[in-house]
Amino acid sequence: MAAQSALARAFDSDLWWSFKRSPVTVVSAIVALACILGAVLAPWIAPHNPFDLASLNLIDAFKPPAWTGDGDATYPLGTDDQGRDVLSAIMYGARVSLLVGICAVLFATILGIAIGLVAGYVGGTVDSVLMRIADIQLTFPSILIALLIDGIVRAALPREVHDRVALFVVIFAIGISAWPAFARTVRGSTLVERNKEYVLAARVIGVSPLRIMASHVLPNVLGPVLVIATLGLGGAILTEATLSFLGVGVPPTQPSLGTLIRIGNDFLFSGEWWITIFPGVALIAMVLSVNLLGDWLRDALNPKLR
Amino acid sequence: MAEQIVAGPTAAAFAAATEAARDAGPTALPAFAHAADAGPMLEAEELARHFDVSRPLLQRLFAGEARRILRAVDGVSFSIPKGTTLSLVGESGCGKSTVARLVVGLYPPTRGRVIFDGQDLAQARADSAQRRRMQMIFQDPYASLNPRWRVQDIIAEPIRAFGLVTDRGAQRDRVAQLLTQVGLSPLDGEKFPHEFSGGQRQRISIARALSSNPEFLVCDEPTSALDVSVQAQILNLMKALQRDLGLTYLFISHNLAVVRQISDRIGVMYLGRIAELAPAETLFTAPRHPYTRALMEAIPDLDMTGRKRIPVGGEVPSPISPPPGCPFHPRCPLANERCRAEVPALLPARGTPESVVACHAVEEGRDHIEAPLAVAAALS
Repeated sequence: MAAQSALARAFDSDLWWSFKRSPVTVVSAIVALACILGAVLAPWIAPHNPFDLASLNLIDAFKPPAWTGDGDATYPLGTDDQGRDVLSAIMYGARVSLLVGICAVLFATILGIAIGLVAGYVGGTVDSVLMRIADIQLTFPSILIALLIDGIVRAALPREVHDRVALFVVIFAIGISAWPAFARTVRGSTLVERNKEYVLAARVIGVSPLRIMASHVLPNVLGPVLVIATLGLGGAILTEATLSFLGVGVPPTQPSLGTLIRIGNDFLFSGEWWITIFPGVALIAMVLSVNLLGDWLRDALNPKLR
Repeated sequence: MAEQIVAGPTAAAFAAATEAARDAGPTALPAFAHAADAGPMLEAEELARHFDVSRPLLQRLFAGEARRILRAVDGVSFSIPKGTTLSLVGESGCGKSTVARLVVGLYPPTRGRVIFDGQDLAQARADSAQRRRMQMIFQDPYASLNPRWRVQDIIAEPIRAFGLVTDRGAQRDRVAQLLTQVGLSPLDGEKFPHEFSGGQRQRISIARALSSNPEFLVCDEPTSALDVSVQAQILNLMKALQRDLGLTYLFISHNLAVVRQISDRIGVMYLGRIAELAPAETLFTAPRHPYTRALMEAIPDLDMTGRKRIPVGGEVPSPISPPPGCPFHPRCPLANERCRAEVPALLPARGTPESVVACHAVEEGRDHIEAPLAVAAALS
C-alpha cells in the first residue's frame, strides 16, 4: 500500500505536471531512455557482437549503411574497417561512455557533498581551507587534470596493468575535476540550513554534528545537487569522449563512443563517413537529451520560476 | 586591545537584590515561594556574549580598523526558581535571544556562567541525563520543523536521541500521547509540517520539546510569529502544561501583553543588560526604570482613549559602540553626569524593594513615581 501511494504521489506531484507540460522534456526523456536502454541491454539486443573476433570477417569491412545502394541489411548502419557492425559498436560504446559518465558523476557527487557539508557546517578555518582547495581545483580545466592523472598513471604502471585500471583512472580523473561544483553548492545550502531552527533544536538535544549533517541538512540540500549531477553527466560523457578521442581515455579493448569517433575520423576523407558520423550522432543525442533533462529539472525545482 | 569591557553590576549586589526579591516573594508569588527552597532551576551569573563582527583581517589592515566587537549580552544575572516563569522583554537587538541561546548552551558564554540546577551548564550539557531536562521552543514555526521529516519523526527525535523509549510501538504511543497533549490528533503524526498552520506547527514544536520529559523550557518568542487569537491559545497551552507538569520557563518576548499573561517575574533588557527585574504585577503597576516606564506608556489601553500617544523617542544605540555609563542615558530624561560616566548596578528600588533596578536616578530618589511620566514626553 505504501509503495502504491508513493507512486500515486509521484504522478500527482508538481514535478510530473511540469514534465508533462514540456514537450521538449518529454522527447529528450524518451531519447535518453532509448540511449540508456540500448546501452544497458546491448549484449542482448545488439545485432552483432563487435568484440567477438571469430564472427568478424574482413570481407564485410567498409559496408555502407543499409539504405544506400551497396548496403547490407544485416549491418543497418554499415561496418568499419574491421568489418564490425557500426550500430552494435555504438551500443557497446555507449555502455562504456555511460558507465564512465555515471561513475565519475557519482564519485564527484559523493566527494563534493561530503566536503561541502563539512565546510558549510563546521565553518571557520576548515571552511576556508576546503574552499580554497576547491578554488585552486577550479582554475585547472578538467581535460588538463584528466590528461595529467592519466599521464602519471601511464608512466607509473606497466602497460598491461594500465590497460586494466584505465577505466578507473578515467573515472577518477573526470570525477576529481568535477567535485568543486558540488561542494560549493552544498556548502551554500548548508550555510542556510545550519542556522535554521530545526538544526538548532537538534543541537539543543545534543545530536552529534555528523548525524545532524546526514539526517537534517543533507536531505534539504539535495535538490540542487540532483540538477548539477544531471547536467554534470552530459559534461562527464563529453570529457570522456574527448579523452578517448585524444587516445588517453579508455583502453582500445573497450572502445567508447569517443574511441569510435577517433577510429572513424581516419576514414572520413576517404568517403566512409558512416564510421564516424553515427557514433557522433549517438553521442550528441545522449548528451543533449541528458542536458535538456537537467535544464528542465533545474527550472522545475526552482520555486522562483513556478 | 580595542575591546573594552565595562564592569557590570557585581555578583554581590545581585545576590543582595535576589535576596530582597525573595523576601518579598510569599505574598506576591505563591508558586515562587513554594519552590524557592528547592533551589533555583537556572542561574545566570554575569553572563556575557560578545560577537566578533570585524571585517576580514586583510581588509581591516588596509583600512586601519580596529576589531569590532558586538556586545550582544554584557553582564546579565538572574535566577529562575523551579516551577516559575521568568520573562525577558526588550526591543529588537537587546540581546534577549542571545541569552536564550546561551542558557541552553548553543553559544558558549564569553564571560560569566550559567548554572543549571546547581551544576555548571557545560558539565550538565555533557551529561545526556541532564541535557534531557532542558529543551527549547523557537520563534519561527516555519523554520523550526525539518520540512523533509514526518511529524511523528520530528516529535520522536528527542526520544530516540536520549534513548527514552526504544520499542517502536511504544514510541508511536508516546508520540500519539504528546500530540493529544498539545491539542492535535494522533493521526497528524503521519503528515508533513507543510500540512499545518503556524499555530499547529508551534504545537508540534511544543510536543517535540516535551517529548524528552524536560523540566526547564526556554521559549524564544514562541508566539511572535502567530495571529493574536492563536497566540492566546498557545499561551494557554503553555500555562496548562506548566501547571500539569511543573515546568520552569525562560520566556523571551518583545510583547508586554504576552509577557504579563504568562510570567511570574519579568526582566526588562536594554542593550545587553537587564534594566529592571521585578515580579510581573509590580512591573506593570509600579515600573521604576525610566525605560520600563516609557515602555508601559507605549501599551495601548482603554483609559487612554483620545489621549495623545507619546512614542519612545530616539534609537537604540549600537551594541558595537555602546554609550559609556548607563546604556540608556542618551534617551533618558533623568540622566545626569553620573549616568553618563558610571554603569548603574541592579539594586532593590526604594519603595518597591521586590524590584531590582539598574538606575542611578532610582537609587538616588531622583525619579518621581507620582508624576505620570514626564519621562516619555522628554523622550519624544
